Amino acid sequence: MSEQTLAAAPGTATPEQLEYLLRLGDNALILGQRLSEWCGHAPVLEEDMALANMALDLVGQARLLLTHAGQSEGRGRDEDQLAFLRVERDYRNVTLVELPNGDFGRSVVRNFLFSAFQVLLYGRLSSSADAGLAAIAAKSLKEARYHMSHAAEWTIRLGDGTAVSHDKAQAALDYLWPYTAELFAASPADDAVAAAGIGPAWSELEAEWEDLVLPVLAEATLTVPARVPFKTYGKFGRHSEHMGHLLATMQYMQRTYPGAQW
Amino acid sequence: MLTEAQAWKALAAVPDPEIPVVSVTELGIIREVEAGADGLRVVVTPTYSGCPATEMIASSIEEALLAAGAGRVSIDTRLDPAWTSDWIGSEAREKLRAYGIVPPSGQAAVGGARPLHFVRRSPLACPRCGSTDTTRLSEFGSTACKALYRCRSCLEPFEYFKPI
Repeated sequence: MSEQTLAAAPGTATPEQLEYLLRLGDNALILGQRLSEWCGHAPVLEEDMALANMALDLVGQARLLLTHAGQSEGRGRDEDQLAFLRVERDYRNVTLVELPNGDFGRSVVRNFLFSAFQVLLYGRLSSSADAGLAAIAAKSLKEARYHMSHAAEWTIRLGDGTAVSHDKAQAALDYLWPYTAELFAASPADDAVAAAGIGPAWSELEAEWEDLVLPVLAEATLTVPARVPFKTYGKFGRHSEHMGHLLATMQYMQRTYPGAQW
Repeated sequence: MLTEAQAWKALAAVPDPEIPVVSVTELGIIREVEAGADGLRVVVTPTYSGCPATEMIASSIEEALLAAGAGRVSIDTRLDPAWTSDWIGSEAREKLRAYGIVPPSGQAAVGGARPLHFVRRSPLACPRCGSTDTTRLSEFGSTACKALYRCRSCLEPFEYFKPI
């Protein structure tokens, strides 16, 4: 591993800031893991490569973010320990990213909903008071824009496509939409981090996110479900039944051969 | 001991592992070379976060510098400012085109927002036959940095190095 010059002064993060950094890293990591499941299984070769490339981008972002989180924490945990050796309750990703891929339509619609959020979030984080985080965000933003553009095009193509593709895209949106509420749920960590100028409270992004997402869904001729009361707790470490299975696969090597490097 | 100028010269011969027609210096990822008492320090800015070639590039750099006579080499990663395809020089762009990869168009790093739908203002010209009757097959090609296109005139596929 080459030396990182991310400048995080070791051990300077408050518990709230660490929580926030882990959320960022875990979202990228878990969606990266989900997208990588498509490798060798996508409907066409071009999309197989696209999904695998996006998975690589996300895992790359997760490496940077978790390295930064570990350095900021100052307890000597590196990217691998954070990615592979935590227990389920210690992951801070939203439920949306851990849901099973479902069909190609569901994966694409999720990528769209989530990458639009990432574009906004990384955009704001690129002027973070945490210089290391700002650098990671400015870099990741460029990648997230391509992910969003890819997913938006597919969402439109499927939604405004054949009767079958429309129904599948609509079913995907109906399934995923309630989980997006969690992105914008207020939390004490968000408030503390926003007050410190490190990043936005996620709830601040909701209106902008809708401005970005709704026109595309309209163009895709999809009906946006009504908001229903829905509580998810992934941000606080309480995950769906799908998370354990995902971790069992993802952590297998490190659990079987602790400390293995390659 | 290797001087900084000699080090830059050695680095100019290190190819990108994915696109060997351009060197790491032409890609613009070598940001700084510093010769100090305890060897050479090279600052590298990675391209994409998940680029699988990153570690390979670091080891090729070290190998090339050691072979050129450097006593000790250390490689630092710098993320800020983020790498942009704008750093690829004009000579390297022509090398890419001759190799069958259309170089990035326009400027990537300036401005904030990007249109949600990429509607290409001017169609890409096929690097083989020059026809502009081309169509995009996928936003992501063999690597994240390239999109896959097809020429409808000569029917050959080609890649486009995306502006980022």
